[in-house]
Amino acid sequence: MHKGKGMKFVGDSRISAERKPNIPKDYSEYPGRTEAFWPNFLLKEWLVGAVFLVGFLCLTLAHPSPLEGMADPTDAAYIPLPDWYFLFLYELLKYEFASGDWTLMGILILPGLAFGALLLAPFLDNGPGRRPHQRPVAIGMMLLGLVAVVWLTYTSAAHVDWEGRAEANKPIPPAEVTVDDSHPGFAAYENSCLACHGAELEGGAGPALVGLELSAEEIATIAVDGIGTMPPDQFQGTDEELEQLVDFIITVNESAE
Amino acid sequence: MLQKIYDWIDDRIDITPIWRDIADHEVPEHVNPAHHFSAFVYCFGGLTFFVVVIQILSGMFLTMYYVPDIENAWKSVYYLQTEVAHGQIVRGMHHWGASVVIVMLLLHTLRVFFQGAYKKPRELNWMVGVLIFFVMLGLGFTGYLLPWDNKAYFATQVGLEIAEQVPFIGQELKTLLAGDATIVGAQTLTRFFAIHVFFLPGALFALLAIHFVLIRRQGISGPL
Repeated sequence: MHKGKGMKFVGDSRISAERKPNIPKDYSEYPGRTEAFWPNFLLKEWLVGAVFLVGFLCLTLAHPSPLEGMADPTDAAYIPLPDWYFLFLYELLKYEFASGDWTLMGILILPGLAFGALLLAPFLDNGPGRRPHQRPVAIGMMLLGLVAVVWLTYTSAAHVDWEGRAEANKPIPPAEVTVDDSHPGFAAYENSCLACHGAELEGGAGPALVGLELSAEEIATIAVDGIGTMPPDQFQGTDEELEQLVDFIITVNESAE
Repeated sequence: MLQKIYDWIDDRIDITPIWRDIADHEVPEHVNPAHHFSAFVYCFGGLTFFVVVIQILSGMFLTMYYVPDIENAWKSVYYLQTEVAHGQIVRGMHHWGASVVIVMLLLHTLRVFFQGAYKKPRELNWMVGVLIFFVMLGLGFTGYLLPWDNKAYFATQVGLEIAEQVPFIGQELKTLLAGDATIVGAQTLTRFFAIHVFFLPGALFALLAIHFVLIRRQGISGPL
């Protein structure tokens, strides 16, 4: 490249004003049947990408991504499970030598050794040979690690009833509620219940009244006697009005189904 | 016309050497599946990057609807999944892409390992690659919480309990991730969102850039 005295630049930049012809480098020193990356190789390579993309999209269409019910921290019965690529670590922590007093072994020492060795592999396996049979220790350790990870993942996943889990944790769609203002029980609801249970029975100070699994008598009893933190005598009307109120609540519940 | 535009730009910013560095190189015979079918193993790295691009694009579209807040996170995902046009496909691509990227990354790592391609002079690039693997696992862990469904919540709780047991810094580590020493809640969700969407992708882009620059500088490893 021409440098120093006599060089011309574009404006006050450091870019040479001299035009360089746009000729690719000479690749004759490369052995074998080489091929230019741009555009020859790329024009074939995008086909591999396209085939891959079609397969990937088939997977997404065939299996919509799962979504369980909204997180409920009070659900003590829920058995946690990580994503599949963490299952092997999860399973490791169940072994006696990796839990209890030996937890550190499971969460730090064993994974630390494995991943540390992976990170530093070029320095641990620093011989000149690249062929697998020239470095039996490195290959052996890798195969051992692979078998262990596959085995742990398999044992962990084999014990899980995947369909049962998906079935038990289906998301509950937010209910569409229709409130009929002209219902004879609505006036009683408005006077006695709406302040705490909301205009659409969605709850407020009190719980939601949608999705109830109570009989008409039970609802009537609660309206009069209260339940839990709900004080008694919230409803003070005639028996007929009480009947209409209960009917109103049940009607709304039916509309939500 | 295009040539004139190119010349105009090239005259001012001299881009020819840049694109030459990026795209103008020879592909040797031993990595070209057109010559040796077994060379398809060399596609794993490129396909991993392809899935990463899918993840970035689908993730960008997901954030158009997603709300990182415990009241609305699940609802926004449910809405996206059931109401938004093609929302199920975009979320599906992001969900399955997260798994596929781990699989492709594993295959790519095994290809490099069993060929001994990490040996001198490529030690640094191998280490950058392993760091990319760690970042990817971190993205998987933080992304798992975001839909805020039961499995997300309880898996994260277990993960944080594990982090807590790390000696000396365990408590601090947990608080750093969860935003609180005991509660897994609103703070946890926003922190995981920030880590998933800003911190880890930032680290990922930097590492990928180094990975690719090193590949271009050193060339692909020779045949065994």
